[in-house]
Amino acid sequence: MMRIVALAIASIAGLVMLLSPFFPRLESVGAQSSEIFNVIAAIAFILGAGSLVKVNVSRVSRRDAGWGYAFVTLLCFVVTLVIGLGKIGVPPNPQFAATPWAGEKDAAGSAFAWIYEFVLTPITSTMFALLAFYVASAAFRAFRAKNREAMLLLGTAFIVLLGRTFAGVWLTDGLPDWASGLRLENLSMFIMQVFNTAGNRAIIIGIALGVTATSLRILLGIDRSWMGASGGSS
Amino acid sequence: MSEEPRSPAIVVWAIIVLAIAAVVGLRMGFGDGMGRAYAERVEMRATVTSAASPGSERFVEWVEWRSVPPVEFTRAVRDNPAQERVQLSIAHTAGLWIAALLTLAIFSFLYRDNPAYRLAEAIVIGVSAAYWGVIGVWDSLVPKLCGALAHGWTAAHILPNLPSPTVQSQIGMSIALALGVLLLLRLVPAVGGVSVWAMAFIVGITAGAKIVSHVESDLLAQAVATMQPLVQPADGGLWTGATLWASLPNVLVVIGVLCCLTYFFFSVEHKGVIGGASRIGILYLMITFGAAFGFTVMGRVALLSQRVEFLLDDWLWLIDPLERRLLDGVSMIVGTGGVW
Amino acid sequence: MEGAAEVSGVLGILERLDRRWVFLAMALAVAGPILVMGLTRKTLPETPTDASRAVFRAVQSLPQGSTVLLAFDFDPGSAGELEPMGVNMARHCALRGHKMVFISLWPLGGQMIDQTIEKVIRADFPQLQDGVDFVNLGFQAGNEQVMRVVLTDFKRAFPTTKSGRATADLPILQGVQRIGDFALLASVSAGYPGSKEWVQYVVSASGGKLPMVSGCTGVQTPQLYPYFPGQISGLLGAIKGAAEYESLINAWVMDPANAAEWSGRGAASGAPMVLPPKYLEAQRRMGPQLGAHLLMVVLILLGNLVYFAQRRAQRRVAA
Repeated sequence: MMRIVALAIASIAGLVMLLSPFFPRLESVGAQSSEIFNVIAAIAFILGAGSLVKVNVSRVSRRDAGWGYAFVTLLCFVVTLVIGLGKIGVPPNPQFAATPWAGEKDAAGSAFAWIYEFVLTPITSTMFALLAFYVASAAFRAFRAKNREAMLLLGTAFIVLLGRTFAGVWLTDGLPDWASGLRLENLSMFIMQVFNTAGNRAIIIGIALGVTATSLRILLGIDRSWMGASGGSS
Repeated sequence: MSEEPRSPAIVVWAIIVLAIAAVVGLRMGFGDGMGRAYAERVEMRATVTSAASPGSERFVEWVEWRSVPPVEFTRAVRDNPAQERVQLSIAHTAGLWIAALLTLAIFSFLYRDNPAYRLAEAIVIGVSAAYWGVIGVWDSLVPKLCGALAHGWTAAHILPNLPSPTVQSQIGMSIALALGVLLLLRLVPAVGGVSVWAMAFIVGITAGAKIVSHVESDLLAQAVATMQPLVQPADGGLWTGATLWASLPNVLVVIGVLCCLTYFFFSVEHKGVIGGASRIGILYLMITFGAAFGFTVMGRVALLSQRVEFLLDDWLWLIDPLERRLLDGVSMIVGTGGVW
Repeated sequence: MEGAAEVSGVLGILERLDRRWVFLAMALAVAGPILVMGLTRKTLPETPTDASRAVFRAVQSLPQGSTVLLAFDFDPGSAGELEPMGVNMARHCALRGHKMVFISLWPLGGQMIDQTIEKVIRADFPQLQDGVDFVNLGFQAGNEQVMRVVLTDFKRAFPTTKSGRATADLPILQGVQRIGDFALLASVSAGYPGSKEWVQYVVSASGGKLPMVSGCTGVQTPQLYPYFPGQISGLLGAIKGAAEYESLINAWVMDPANAAEWSGRGAASGAPMVLPPKYLEAQRRMGPQLGAHLLMVVLILLGNLVYFAQRRAQRRVAA
């Protein structure tokens, strides 16, 4: 019974979204459904946080390997949550000074803004920056001209790497006007606008066909894998 | 990350780490120092009108400390040595040092996995989960859910000029609340099965919306974009080099899209004409991946540049590209005695 | 490593090179130019591409006072690439006298908008009023479904500003019922949801009536090229795109003949036009790009030299 209701909800919700752009009377129903989705998406943040707490509490209580780090995670979670929800250190909102909780949660000078600026920003941005080193290492270790296809990939990467910096201009600036198409900066743009566009366009069209087919299978109840172990495919 | 450097290499790495430590030590001891943040005191005042008696007004006053670059402190002290408007901010200075140490902790992973990296990782997991939750509550749930279902309370305590909700939005938000509670029940294994209804709504909405958008934008519009005239007449006539050159991009794009799609078409054996076309498709895709590699490098290096700039500029005060300290390069390193 | 054959000499050393030395080389390739450019305050010249010029033209060609929607769908993880784009888009709009409505579908995007407003609008355009000339509507959860709502009812998706003011009676949004009422959509995008979804869910649904320009990360750039110039009017790809756009605005602003065209502080007061260094950030970041890209080319060449030496050694062993 639970599965049938779930399938009905998925099909009806999907059908509303599918038809609402074509029928003006359904437009507001579609927007309303999307708005319900948006609120559920915000609630999903709480679900994500709840799952994190659950996992880390069990790691700490079982004294698993690295439980100390799990404790730090929990501590940082609780501190940030209390500071953010409690609006600690938030100055009054100049427009609504009489309203007690109207202050902006991350106003300049608040503790929440401090966490953003001095904890969240340096760690997340440095984590992404680490990838620059691994890309360099991979280029040295794995980027080998083993066959024709690999040579093509390598050659393109060369042109784009040089053509998108001043090196490209400096290296090929001396080419005459009639050969300006061979200047590295122009060559890299030609690759982007022609070969890359064609390749990515085919990928986009392929994905669109796949997404449409999968979505239809879900709406028709053929694909039930999203229900987990109890669902399966008919 | 189990790869261990050989002993001579360890010595070299130790020298590098010591050199960095020496630079930090020198910057702290000589010149204008490093890693300090300043704040400006701003007196705030707001007028509050009572809703009960419109004529009566009262004032709410408070002090805000706003971040300013060190040069503001230099100027303020130069104008009035006894001034207290711009001051060294302990909170921001401590934050700056914590940010720098966290940055170095993450970079330390490049040498090997270590407790400093793991600590930073544990911190960011906890902080970001709570941060997202807090933002979800204040930015989405309070104005939309509380604003619709508990409008009076929300307007009185949090969002004073929030307009009254319509009946339609109240019904919608009631459904959202019910489905949201079902979703949260996933955390309770005994009754977690009912969360599949909320999941069904999410999956259904996503699937329905994706059909329309992908067909419209990625199938039809992309097909139309490919259907360009193959011959682009240039000045001087149809059979000239200029025409050939102008027509080449469109011809190559059409050939490329068709050949790549042929390569993705697995229902037919890739032999003969189909095989030839799919081989051309592979070549196009290789060029595409090469370009993607080049741009990925560009993106990652930009992110690294920003972190290095933070360390050299904000923390070590070795460079001042944004003129926040208004000193030339040499003065910054050897010092002017002005800023402290 | 392939096979048991070992390469001797310099190539042998390279074959057994610890990857930490590659990391160190990358660190030096990036830090060196940053130090040099930071101390000399010099930048490299830029040659803007058609895609970047198209972004400049799209903002430039709007009538003064047009309302532009700026979607900042990124966070600190990609700010190194995208913040200069956001800064320059806001700056260009302010110089042209356009009204700016900022939104984000990324949780930390609201903060990125605040930083941009602080850096550009409050610092250089203090005459612009919050809620009248610009507004930060902050973040809303829901990804593409937020886009679906703004197609029919913009204020329903964003009921309040980030600072808590209701959008219903906001002066800047008078006359805006749906997203199609904006003159231009400028998306600064780090991934999902971002420029691609704006094209899929909004630009296509508007039937081409809403022009869109995009500034995106290097990873996203190749994927967005198929949409340019049909569905996306202009495209800034990675930090290079930001540097090109920045140089276009700088060249336009610094040309005294154009002073009448923009509503900036310098034009209003008759003060000499001086370029603040914060508006050279993207161009400055092309220095480390040059160093790192050259290093990448050298690494690929050296890696292949080692590879071919290995193959030769293997053949010798086999023979």
